[in-house]
Amino acid sequence: MSTIIAILVLGILAALFGALLGFASVRFKVQGDPLAEQLDALLPQTQCGQCGYPGCKPYAEAVANGEAINKCAPGGEDTIKKIAELMGVEVQPLDENHEADNSPKVAFIIEEDCIGCTKCIQACPVDAIIGTTKQMHTIITDECTGCDLCVAPCPVDCIEMISVATTTQNWQWDLDSIPVVKID
Amino acid sequence: MESVIERIKRGSFSQFHGGIHPPEQKFLTCSKPIASAQIPEQLIIPIRQHIGQAGNVIVKVGDKVLKGQILSDCDSPMSVPIHAPTSGTITAIKSMAIPHPSGLSEACIILTPDDEDTWKQRHICPDFHLLSKTQILEKIANAGISGMGGAGFPTQVKVSTLTKINYLIINAAECEPYITADDLLLQEHSPTILDGIKILDHLLTPKNILIGIEENKAKAIAALKKATADIDHIDICVIPTKYPSGGEKQLIQILTGQEVPSGVLPSSLGIVMQNVATCFAIADAVINDTPLIKRVVTVSGQALEKPQNIWALIGTPVGFLTSQCGYNNSQNRHLIMGGPMMGFSLPHDQIPVIKTTNCILAPSEIEIASPFSSTSSKEVECIRCGQCADVCPAQLLPQELQWSAKAKDQAQLEKLNLFDCIECGACAYVCPSQIPLVHYYRVAKAEIRQQKLLDIKAEKAKVRFEARKQRLEREKVARVEKHKKAAEARKARMNTGTSAAKSEKSAVADALARVKAKKAQASIKQNTAEISITSTLEMTAESVAPADDSKSQVANAIARAKAKKIVQKNQAQIESLDTLQNNESPSSSQAAPVVIDKKAKLDLAITKKTANENTPQAETISDSANAQVDATTKVVSPEVVNLASVSDEKATQALNKKAKVAAAIAKAKAKAKTKTTASLAAETAFDSSQLSTTSPNIDVMQDSNTAAQVKNVAEAIAKKTPSGPQMVSNIDTADRDQKTKIAAAAEKAKAKELPLKSQQISNSTSSSIKSEQDSMRATQADIAAIKKAHVAAVVAKAKAKKLAASSNKLTTSE
Repeated sequence: MSTIIAILVLGILAALFGALLGFASVRFKVQGDPLAEQLDALLPQTQCGQCGYPGCKPYAEAVANGEAINKCAPGGEDTIKKIAELMGVEVQPLDENHEADNSPKVAFIIEEDCIGCTKCIQACPVDAIIGTTKQMHTIITDECTGCDLCVAPCPVDCIEMISVATTTQNWQWDLDSIPVVKID
Repeated sequence: MESVIERIKRGSFSQFHGGIHPPEQKFLTCSKPIASAQIPEQLIIPIRQHIGQAGNVIVKVGDKVLKGQILSDCDSPMSVPIHAPTSGTITAIKSMAIPHPSGLSEACIILTPDDEDTWKQRHICPDFHLLSKTQILEKIANAGISGMGGAGFPTQVKVSTLTKINYLIINAAECEPYITADDLLLQEHSPTILDGIKILDHLLTPKNILIGIEENKAKAIAALKKATADIDHIDICVIPTKYPSGGEKQLIQILTGQEVPSGVLPSSLGIVMQNVATCFAIADAVINDTPLIKRVVTVSGQALEKPQNIWALIGTPVGFLTSQCGYNNSQNRHLIMGGPMMGFSLPHDQIPVIKTTNCILAPSEIEIASPFSSTSSKEVECIRCGQCADVCPAQLLPQELQWSAKAKDQAQLEKLNLFDCIECGACAYVCPSQIPLVHYYRVAKAEIRQQKLLDIKAEKAKVRFEARKQRLEREKVARVEKHKKAAEARKARMNTGTSAAKSEKSAVADALARVKAKKAQASIKQNTAEISITSTLEMTAESVAPADDSKSQVANAIARAKAKKIVQKNQAQIESLDTLQNNESPSSSQAAPVVIDKKAKLDLAITKKTANENTPQAETISDSANAQVDATTKVVSPEVVNLASVSDEKATQALNKKAKVAAAIAKAKAKAKTKTTASLAAETAFDSSQLSTTSPNIDVMQDSNTAAQVKNVAEAIAKKTPSGPQMVSNIDTADRDQKTKIAAAAEKAKAKELPLKSQQISNSTSSSIKSEQDSMRATQADIAAIKKAHVAAVVAKAKAKKLAASSNKLTTSE
C-alpha cells in the first residue's frame, strides 16, 4: 500500500514540475541569441565585411558560435578586448590579414570622373550613396561608415577614402601631439 | 525659517565643498586703468567664437566694411553673428589657428583696418523701456553677444528662457588668479553694467537680483554700491575669496544654498547667471546699438614690463597685446590664454582674442614653468594622500577618476560622474605628486564624447543596414512574384489557341532550338576544323601517292586513324563517317560511285548540322542545303564515274577526299558568315559557277544569302569536277587543282577584307590570267564587288600555281 502511495505522490510531483517547466519554457522564451545581440552591440557597425561576413550582425552570430574574435578591423584592439571580456577568452592581436589602419574615413566620389554606373550604390551596405544611372553619384558623409566596399566596384576608380579631418568638435586631447611651439 | 535674502542681508553665505586659495596675483593689474583699444595691422576674426554653430559669412574678400558691420548671419538659435571690430577691407577668409587647446585651425575672416575707424549708422536708444521684449532680444541676438565669462553660451538663448526666474545672479566673483578684467570693468563702468542688469531685469523679471563678488575687489564693490544705492531689489553679495567660487554651480551654492544636481541646468531651478562683462555688452548693444566688438582683456604675468587691462578689439592677435605691455619676446617663455588654473598654452602669438578671452598670461619661468623647460615639474606616482578629494568643489574622487582615466575605463568614469568635473584644476594644484589630473580628465571626457558619437553613428548604420537588407529582400520577392505572374499570363495566352499564341509557342520552340544549337555549335566547330586539317593531311599524302603507292597507303592509314579519333568525338557524323572509312579501307576493290554516294551523305549530314545551327532561317537553310548537296552529288557522281573509268580507283579516292576537304573548308567559312561576306561569297560562287558551267542552281543561290554559303561547298566541288577530266592523266595535277581551290577560297576571304590591295596585285598579275578574266567579264563585267572577289580568285590561282610547281618538284624528286 505504501509503495503505491509513494509512486502516486512522486508521479503527481513529476507531472506538476513538468507542467511548471513547460509553462516556464513558453512564458520566458528568449527570442534570438542574447550573446549574439551583446556581441553585435560591441561591434562598430560599419558593415564593412572585412571579417568575411556580410555585416556586423552575421559576424556577431559567428563569434557566438566560436568564430575567431580578432577579425574586426574597424573595431581594432578595443573591440577585441571587449569581445574577449564578454566571451571570457584571451585577448588576441588583430588578424594580420586585416588592415590595421582603422582611423575613421569616409568615401569621397570625384564627381567629374563619375560615369553614373550605380555599381557603388549597389555595394554600399548602408545606402549612403545617392545617384542613379548616368547621373553623378555622391556620398552622404554623415551616413558613410568608411567600410570602403564601394571602392573596388568602381570601374573608373573615382572613389577615394578620405580620413575624417580633425576639428575642434572631434578633437581628442592628446597632450603629446598638441602643436605647441616655442615663442621666441 | 529664514529666507535666503534675509540670510544674505545678514552676510552669511553657504559654503561649497573644497576649494583652494592660490596666490591671487591680482595686484599686478587691479589698480591700473583699462588701456584704450589700439588697432592692430590685421584682425583675425574666427567665425565661430561660442558654443554652437558658426554663422554664414555674408561678406566677400575685397569688401570694404564699416565698424560694427555684421560679417556673418545666423539661421539657428545656437549661432551668433560676428561683426567688424573696425572699418577696413576683408583681405581673406581662410583657416587660421584659433584659440583652442588643440591649436587647430578654423575659418577666420581677415580684416585689414583702414585706421579710420568709421562707424556704421547706429540707432542710439537712451530708454530701453520704450522697446518691447522681443525688440530687446533681437538687439541682443544681432549684437552677437555670447557669455563672456568663459563658456561662450549664446546670451539670447539664456535670457529668453520661459521658466519662472527666482534669482538673477550677476557673476562678478572673478576667482581665478591674475584676472582683473571684470574688476576693472566694474570700477570704471558700473553704471553701464547696471543698465545691463536693468535690461536683464526687464526681460527676466526675477524675484531677486544677486551680484556675487569676492571680497578682494574693494574698489569694484564700492563702485557697485554707489551705482545701486537707490535700487532696493539688487543685493550685492560680498563673498569670501576662494577658488573656484566663480564657477556657476559653486556661486549658486554660495548664494542660494541650492546645489545644482548633476546634469541639470540652473534655469530649471529658476536661476539665471550672467557675467558682468556680458551685462556691459548687453547695455552697449541695447542702448548704444554697439555690437560686441571689443572686450577687456587682462594682460598679466611677470614676464611683462607693464601688465595691465586693455580694451582689445575682437580678432586682435595676442602678440599685439603683449607688445603693448612690454613683453620681452627674446626669452624662452610661453603664453597662456585664460587664467593659470583653467587656461591653455598657445602655440604662437598670432592667435586672436575672441569673445571669451578674459586673460593673456605671460608668466616668468619662476611663476609658471614652461612645458618645454627642464624645471617643469614631472609627474610621479600617486601617494593616495586624498588631498585632491578634499579640495574638489564638485565633490568627486579625483584620484579614483585618475586611475580609471589611465585605464580608459569609461563605464567606471561615468559612474564616478566625470562629467560633473568643472576642470577647475584645484586637484592638480594641491597634488603633491604633481599629477596633471585635469589633463587626464579632459582626455577621458573627449574620448567618452567621441565614443558616444560613434555609438550613435553605429546605431544609425545598423538601422540603415537592416533597412537595406529588408529592402533587398522585398525587391527580390517582388521580382520573383512579377516573373511568376508574367509566366502565368504567358501560359494562359498560349493556351487560348489563337494564331498569336501559336506564333508565341513557335517562338519559344525557336528559342529552345537556338540554345541547343549554340551548345552544339561549339563542339562541331572544333570538329570541323579538325576534320579539315586531317583531310589536308590526307590530301598531302595523296599528292605523293603515284610516286610511292605504299607510302601513300601508310599516310592514308595515319590520316584515317586521326580521322577516326575525331569522328568518335562527333556523334552526329559517326555513322556516315564510319561507313566511309569502312568503304575506304578496301578502297582499291570498291566501286567509286558508292564512295561518292557515301561522301554525299556525309556532306549532307554536315550541312544539315550547320543548317540546324543557323538561327531563325534554320529550315530554309537546311532545305536549300539539301537541294544543293543533292545537286552536287548528282553533278559529282557522273563526273567521278567518268573519272573512275579513265583513271584508277585511287585517283577517284583522292578526288573524293579533296572534295571533302573543299567542302569542309567552305563550310567552315560559311559558319563565319556575315551579311556582306555572304553576299560576296554568293556572287563569287555565282561567278565561279558561270565559269565551270555545271552548276544548276543559280536561281537558288541568288535567292538567299545564307544559302549562298552552302553553295560555296557545291561550287567548290562543282568547280573541281570539270577540271577533273582535263587532268585525269595526272593525279598530281588534280591534286594541285584542289590545292588551288583551297587557296582560292582562302584568298577570297582575304580579298574581301583588302579589296584595294588585291586590285593592285591584280594589275601586276592580270596578263597571265587574261583569258579567264575575259570569260568572267563576259558574264558579269559590271559588278565591282564581283570583280574584286574575282581578282582575288585569280591571285589565289597564281599562288596555287606556284604551289603546284613546288609540289611538282617534290614529286619529281621523289
